[in-house]
Amino acid sequence: MTQMTFARAINAGLRKSLENDPKVVLMGEDIGTLGGVFRVTDGLQKDFGTHRVVDTPLAESAIVGTAVGLAYRGYRPVVEIQFDGFIYPAFDQIVSQVAKLHYRTRGAVKMPITIRVPFGGGIGSPEHHSESPEAYFTHTSGLRVVTVSSPQDAYTVIQQAIACDDPVLYFEPKRRYHDKGDVDESLDHTSPMSMGEARVLTQGTDVTLVAYGPLVKTALDAASAAADEGVSIEVIDLRSLAPVDYETVVASVRRTGRLVITHEAAQSGGLGAEVAASITERCFYHLEAAPVRVTGFDIPYPYSKLEMHHLPGLDRILDGVDRALGRPNSLSGLEG
Amino acid sequence: MSTDETGQGGPAAPDSARHPHGQGRDLVQLVTPSGERISHPEFDYWVRDVTDEQLCSLYEDMTVIRRIDVEATALQRQGELGLWPPLLGQEAAQIGSGRALRTDDFVFSSYRENGVAYCRGVDLTDILRVWRGTASSGWDPYTINMATPQIIIGAQTLHATGYAMGIQNDGADSVAVTYFGDGATSEGDVNEAMVFAASFQVPVVFFCTNNHWAISEPVRLQSHIQLADRAAGFGIPSLRVDGNDVLAVMAATRVALDRARRGGGPTFIEAVSYRMGPHTTADDPTRYRDANELEDWAARDPISRIAALLERKGLLTEELQQQVKDKADAVAREMRAGCTTMPAPEPLDVFRNVYSTPNSWLDRQQDHYARYLATFGDPAGAVAEEGAR
Repeated sequence: MTQMTFARAINAGLRKSLENDPKVVLMGEDIGTLGGVFRVTDGLQKDFGTHRVVDTPLAESAIVGTAVGLAYRGYRPVVEIQFDGFIYPAFDQIVSQVAKLHYRTRGAVKMPITIRVPFGGGIGSPEHHSESPEAYFTHTSGLRVVTVSSPQDAYTVIQQAIACDDPVLYFEPKRRYHDKGDVDESLDHTSPMSMGEARVLTQGTDVTLVAYGPLVKTALDAASAAADEGVSIEVIDLRSLAPVDYETVVASVRRTGRLVITHEAAQSGGLGAEVAASITERCFYHLEAAPVRVTGFDIPYPYSKLEMHHLPGLDRILDGVDRALGRPNSLSGLEG
Repeated sequence: MSTDETGQGGPAAPDSARHPHGQGRDLVQLVTPSGERISHPEFDYWVRDVTDEQLCSLYEDMTVIRRIDVEATALQRQGELGLWPPLLGQEAAQIGSGRALRTDDFVFSSYRENGVAYCRGVDLTDILRVWRGTASSGWDPYTINMATPQIIIGAQTLHATGYAMGIQNDGADSVAVTYFGDGATSEGDVNEAMVFAASFQVPVVFFCTNNHWAISEPVRLQSHIQLADRAAGFGIPSLRVDGNDVLAVMAATRVALDRARRGGGPTFIEAVSYRMGPHTTADDPTRYRDANELEDWAARDPISRIAALLERKGLLTEELQQQVKDKADAVAREMRAGCTTMPAPEPLDVFRNVYSTPNSWLDRQQDHYARYLATFGDPAGAVAEEGAR
């Protein structure tokens, strides 16, 4: 076990992938000499050379589009999109090319591309630096979408994403980059827990609380605070957003009868809606209350002095838990 | 001459600004529209090995792909294909470049380069699959080293550039060649591809067929300067070639390929041609195009031109013409048969190849749909009937 930050854990995972597979190449803006704006790729160009860790011109569509060409040639590109809000110029290449080429070539061409995206808010940034665009990609067939919530997962899942023959969007919770945790470096891409599985983090009996990425820590803090009031919350880290491991969530909700899901992304058409609908379909007769969503608002990401109003925090999550439990809450007495 | 660093010879810029899409400036031509072989101090060298026999073969290729194109258009009119994008008029651009490539080069094209696919050795039935709607693509790209057609305008130029980055990493001397049209030069992807290609000096050829029309939009709407001149802004050498002159196109393509193989980086070729047919079988060019313009270009028809050259050389014998016609007819027959006997896909095929690994969401949807289909005696028939309602 080694203590590592998130950023260092991803770096170690990238390093291991570069060592294990000569076809792995890293591409992105400022990832070489600088080591990335978050230093996630620190030192990798120095050790693996400019042909394997490539500083690219500033063109996101080209970063992803040339990765497609490299994948055609048998490479396994790992591209960095510098910030969540910068991914949109690459949208066509991701949605029409990366996601669909395996289908469009009847399986002849594989697209083992990993797209790393620092995402989410909470770091006081100006606009376009704090977005949560995951639902655009979970809605796109052909892609896998994963997030990580601990340095161990960051280390293991990045290697699993790179080893995966399907394209993977790997969302990194940027406000947790400097959080530390234990990492067992033997848990590489062969780890028995696949990147597609959800993980039950705390056992509970009253409410199932589903979170992912940066809000997993907030959810755990909420569960701990609720325990002080005698409420038992089962926290599930979704980990994979496409596909969602419903078996794990279904098993939990069948026991607790209540579901709260939280994310930073806007509510409408978001992952919370998808999980709530699917769980309602599969667990209707086990549910004691309607599923509750605690999410960002349907607004452009706000200026930083107000971002904490937009981001679900511990208290808003607990308010949602109270709604699921039918306890007094901020919406008590409100119809519909 | 146009093989210098910028591809712009002489003091031509002011002239090009006045006549951005006119003929003449820097236009590499080896055979005139009347079939006269004119010598060229630089480009003759690049086709010095082309024998009479090979000239006849180029004539055959161009005639065959025109026949394929006519047959496919007919198949669409007869309801056998959903849509078809004719290449009529662009035979020289496609055959001249396609025949310059090596087997280990890799092509990323648009949807109109069926003549290039023919040069790569595509199975003719495969060309039609996507237009008949029986599969999402025609062929396995690795069998002929050509990606299946790209419909998103210009997106493939980035794929070619990335592929060329791979070639460079591998230390190989093959080349990635990307085909696109005049309209595509306005797309961000094409411009970004040229930025990347120049920055990394990778072995890629940007082959732009300027057929003068992007559906209804004339090329002057895309650019105020000649398309070839755009390349200079990226630091990419360019050539402007008569796209209806198969020999000139072959020479220009060989220049670009040679530069790429020697580590000289990308080249941009503007092949000046004309889309004599509609954009696709769903288009009606009479709504936006002057009939006189079409007549002008018909006089510069690429097949008539090589035929005239062969005639001057005494090669256009009746025997050759009959032989070429027979070949074209046979190919068209084979393609038609392949089209009409193409097996229909199975309903559950829609779920195949979305992922290369199991996917719980999709596996569940497939399972549920299979159960739904199983409630009918004849699943395919029942669904077809439902779809028609």
